[in-house]
Amino acid sequence: MDVTTKQSLEFNATTFPNERRSPEGFLPIATEIRRDIIRMLVRAGSGHSGGPLGSADIFAVMYFGGYMRYRPEDMQWEGRDRFVLSAGHMAPVMYASLANAGCYPKEEQATLRKYNTRLQGHPGRDMHLPGIETSSGSLGQGISIAVGMAMADKLLDKNDRRVFCLTGDGELQEGSVWEAVMSASHFKLDNFCWIIDNNDCQIDGRVPDVMNVYPIVEKAQSFGCDVIVVEGHDYADLMRGFDRFLQNQANGTGKPTCIVAKTYMGHGVSFMNDKFEWHGKPPSKDQAVAALEELSSI
Amino acid sequence: MELLGQKPTRFGFGDGLVVLGERHSNVVVLGGDITGSVMTSLFKDKFPDRFFSIGIAEQNATTIAAGLALSGKIPFFASYGAFCALRNADQLRISVAYNEANVKIGGGHAGISVGPDGATHQVLEEVAFLRTLPHMTMIVPADYEEAKKATIAMGEMVGPAYIRFGRSPVPMFTTPDTPFELGKANVIKDGNDVALIASGALVWEAILASQELAKKGISARVINVHTIKPFDFATVTAAARECGAIVTAEEHQVHAGLGGAVAECTAKNAPVPIEFVGVKDSFGGSGEPEELMVKFGLTWKEIYASALVAMERRDKGSSGVRAIKDVPSYA
Repeated sequence: MDVTTKQSLEFNATTFPNERRSPEGFLPIATEIRRDIIRMLVRAGSGHSGGPLGSADIFAVMYFGGYMRYRPEDMQWEGRDRFVLSAGHMAPVMYASLANAGCYPKEEQATLRKYNTRLQGHPGRDMHLPGIETSSGSLGQGISIAVGMAMADKLLDKNDRRVFCLTGDGELQEGSVWEAVMSASHFKLDNFCWIIDNNDCQIDGRVPDVMNVYPIVEKAQSFGCDVIVVEGHDYADLMRGFDRFLQNQANGTGKPTCIVAKTYMGHGVSFMNDKFEWHGKPPSKDQAVAALEELSSI
Repeated sequence: MELLGQKPTRFGFGDGLVVLGERHSNVVVLGGDITGSVMTSLFKDKFPDRFFSIGIAEQNATTIAAGLALSGKIPFFASYGAFCALRNADQLRISVAYNEANVKIGGGHAGISVGPDGATHQVLEEVAFLRTLPHMTMIVPADYEEAKKATIAMGEMVGPAYIRFGRSPVPMFTTPDTPFELGKANVIKDGNDVALIASGALVWEAILASQELAKKGISARVINVHTIKPFDFATVTAAARECGAIVTAEEHQVHAGLGGAVAECTAKNAPVPIEFVGVKDSFGGSGEPEELMVKFGLTWKEIYASALVAMERRDKGSSGVRAIKDVPSYA
């Protein structure tokens, strides 16, 4: 991909396969996901920039590292692993990941938040975008849905499908999250992988200032999870987290895996990095051009 | 219409679930700690591998049910209606209804006939909420047999559904042969002077009221609206046109429940005077079910008196709805 294509506000047709790869192999994918997030949001004129940019590396590893088994051309395939975005407002990063995996046409990303789009402001299952397993957006609910899915797979259908779920860290203030985690360990769901995007930011400010949820690691451990803390922008470390999940499932540990990914909101775009003000707003045209320029060197 | 005995509608729910479990291997049940009260214990004993105890966590149970439904299961979650219709309202709205997840909720201990437990447990508002949710089916069975049939029917339809049932024994008057079709109100007794449109335990009271009215030469049509949503517009509109006066009766707030649905329907299709029998914008309280039904004005007597008022308003050509406080009590 040449620099002009990378800097363009237009979407390109490049897609990436889902396979085991070396840590450095994720950088071009995560960067293209970030570029698409910028392209989507500047067109939409509203939406969330910070969380999607900050979690792009997690999504690159999860969707493109062979951890989730899926068929881009058939996202209804019965044997697929499922991902639930409990933090529904981070939809752009999921939409960009699915587009870059080839699940739907990349140019359709231009319709984010537009009338009749399959890319609703928060994921809407009724619009049938391939790869959207459930509607989400009211925080705390997605993780319970994911637990229900993991129960169906492990306890009823007795297969080896995996369920991944990402929550934010501010989302942990929703009490029902802990009901869900309690039940995940109660039912010994080692096929369940819970990722916390721990960027320490929410709309009103830093998470401990709005309502302290720390210590997160000890809380998750005491609720019965196997917790692994990773640097959320370090691909080798992220791989270590997802590998641990696969081992837990293969070994039948009976424990859900909790990956606490330390991230920075807005990471990859210097003027957004670690600024909670970017939680819920899109870039202006000038800011988008500047962001794409910064993201074009990779 | 004959009285066949007394039995709680929750027994019908419990027995219906067992039938569903036998017929369909993908029916699963989630427990919310009070499985003996809401009769899911019958399913638990018979199909332990398809029963999951979620504990006292209605939000989680509702949403786990959505996850199971999105995996091809037919999950039932039952608790007291106060907690599995309203505490989990957001989960019902988004994870169940918006997702069109095939989740079935059983809301027990509905209405003031719960009795001694008091106002916290006497849910009187959930019909109003549930009937506003897109995709939701809302059922209020009138007796044991109907509750059993309704439970089986909701398990065998596709889409989110809620059934409301009660704790105390109520008169049984339908039989296994009585027709039951979701969304189709049952005209129990024909008549053209006034229509008594009721749900749940108040259907029997409406039957009693019609018998008293008959003594005065008034022929009342009695309609059992067991499915609040989808609403049977045709049957209610026909009743409005042919009777010209309506009384609604339900063990629920007079606002926005069955009475609200009837008012919406007739205001659009055939405006006629309506009187509303229900709990009048108040909370319940402790007491024996029978004394509470009297205290809150949920007996045949209020239906009878309201029928006379509705007919009088019709005959005087009055229009509009009287203030609730103006409804006379039967003396």
